[in-house]
Amino acid sequence: MSVAQVDAGTSRVDPASDVVVELEEVGRVYGQPPTIALDGVSLRVRRGEFVAIVGPSGSGKSTLLNVLGTLDRPTTGTVTVDGVDVASSSDAELSGLRAHRIGFVFQQFHLSEGISTVDNVAMGLLYTGTPRRERRRRATEALERVGLAHRLDHEPNQLSGGERQRVAIARAVVHRPSLLLADEPTGNLDTRASDSIVELLHELHAAGTSIVVITHDAELAARLPRQVTIRDGRLVGDTTTSSVLQGASR
Amino acid sequence: MTVTQSSRLRTSDVARLGASGLVARPMRAVLSALGIAIGIAAMIAVVGISTSSQAELNAQLDSLGTNLLQASQGQDVFGEDVDLPLTTLGSAERVDGVEAAATTGLVADTGVYRSSRIPAGNTNGLAVMTASSGLLEVVGGSVARGTWFTDGTAEYPTVVLGAQAARLLGVTEPGRHVLIGGTTHLVVGILDPVPLAAEIDTAALVGEGEGARLTGGPVHPTAVYLRVDEERVEEVRSLIAPTVQPQSPTDVEVTRPSDALAAKQAADQAFTGLLVGLGSVALLVGGIGVANTMVISVLERRREIGLRRALGATRGHIRSQFLAEALLLSLLGGVAGVVLGLGVTAAFAASKGWPVAVPPTVLAAGLGATIVIGAIAGLWPAVRAARTPPTEALQS
Repeated sequence: MSVAQVDAGTSRVDPASDVVVELEEVGRVYGQPPTIALDGVSLRVRRGEFVAIVGPSGSGKSTLLNVLGTLDRPTTGTVTVDGVDVASSSDAELSGLRAHRIGFVFQQFHLSEGISTVDNVAMGLLYTGTPRRERRRRATEALERVGLAHRLDHEPNQLSGGERQRVAIARAVVHRPSLLLADEPTGNLDTRASDSIVELLHELHAAGTSIVVITHDAELAARLPRQVTIRDGRLVGDTTTSSVLQGASR
Repeated sequence: MTVTQSSRLRTSDVARLGASGLVARPMRAVLSALGIAIGIAAMIAVVGISTSSQAELNAQLDSLGTNLLQASQGQDVFGEDVDLPLTTLGSAERVDGVEAAATTGLVADTGVYRSSRIPAGNTNGLAVMTASSGLLEVVGGSVARGTWFTDGTAEYPTVVLGAQAARLLGVTEPGRHVLIGGTTHLVVGILDPVPLAAEIDTAALVGEGEGARLTGGPVHPTAVYLRVDEERVEEVRSLIAPTVQPQSPTDVEVTRPSDALAAKQAADQAFTGLLVGLGSVALLVGGIGVANTMVISVLERRREIGLRRALGATRGHIRSQFLAEALLLSLLGGVAGVVLGLGVTAAFAASKGWPVAVPPTVLAAGLGATIVIGAIAGLWPAVRAARTPPTEALQS
């Protein structure tokens, strides 16, 4: 790890270093006939922010999350993640970015059946070249952080939905990413499990993680400090709620 | 100013990922490895059985010796038999390099019968031959029951039967009598089969004196057998015809009986080539089975591929994972096949009483072949897995 990276995290000299991800006039068009999923979206997420992206189904939320997470490349416009320009990066460079700087949480959890919780979480470090023993040690720590210290050796099918999503979150933060991207993290959960997941995300945010959550749940979005609204592939709203409410929701 | 940290997957983790892919679906792994195993086992067994039989033949040739030459009465340009001179044995023994010599002489138009009631035409294809006293030793034969001629018995109406002749005459013990040229002869011995001189197996052998009595004159040799110095076999082979038949050396046929056994082995090897061909077809089918399993696996595991890409796997990492899985799968089959092939060879060789001989290069080639097959069968599915777009994979 380089000195340059430490600088990027702490130095206040370069204003750009304060930005985790930046989209400029991003457009994404699919298939034939062309379907416009994103149309001229510009968005900047600063370090330490907690952003909700809200919109109805088919509004382009998921495409936006994929573009933010470098799983998808925009057709037009530029995307910069942690200072790296996505358009000019190779597959290997983007994979490196995802392995070290980005964490994903999915609505369907995407846990591997048949292997233990701790191994599922350790998979989050697999592509960083970390030795297996170290991966498991840090996975155990991450599981403690999400309150599952008592579930290390359970397999996914022995866990409740809320617990599974906690495992998935542990996997997404085990490598301490600059940016945590969550796609409908409470979409498959009941109200109580949902609340506990939102609370966990708030805790991670309070500990310094930058988080972007995609949701169509307006109630959930309202509890986050910043809400970006998207409709038909365009940004139609960007509001930052007062810090009073932020405090209340924690 | 930005430093991009690269995505890295340890080699030990690649192996672990490949293995875990197989462990997750054990039944499927076993069945598709079985195809490879059968192919490899077939090839190893075919080659192993062939080399074991070769080893048996070599042992047999070693004990029989490859230094036996046989010179036989030939035919002249008119197709008439040309008798070997009565001096054949003596002149053959004087050739430099000849260690021992013996002759047989066909007693013409004489049959051997079990009793006088058998019609003269029923010869059973058996011949009556005179044998010089050293014959048994020179051709490497042995007596199964009874004795060989002694100086005494050779002069009397006694007979030693070849193995096949004894069987056809129904003679199992010495002491019985058979009829030769109208005279009763006492069977004094029965021989074991003689691999290097099969014509003796179907012969009733009498002493030279008795032969002369039967025909009313000395019997000309029809074949002379020579044990020769190992180093000088070819030299003696070219000298023997002019020596025994100086006037017409081309009327003598000289052969090396061990060549016939070796030729039989060569024919067996041609058959082995065919079987190895069939084995390689089985191997090919096994390889297609592995490719098929891998293609299905890639289709089924799109979500896993998408997840791994999201966790930072490069296309190369996905490719390595599936390639490692295919390699392990076929290697598993290869190892099982080698064990199975060795087992079949050992069992077959044991049933025939042969030594087990499988060249290590064949085993290495078998395992090498499985690695190549695994790589070829796994390559396309692995490339396909690597090309799966992560966004699509995660949606499915």
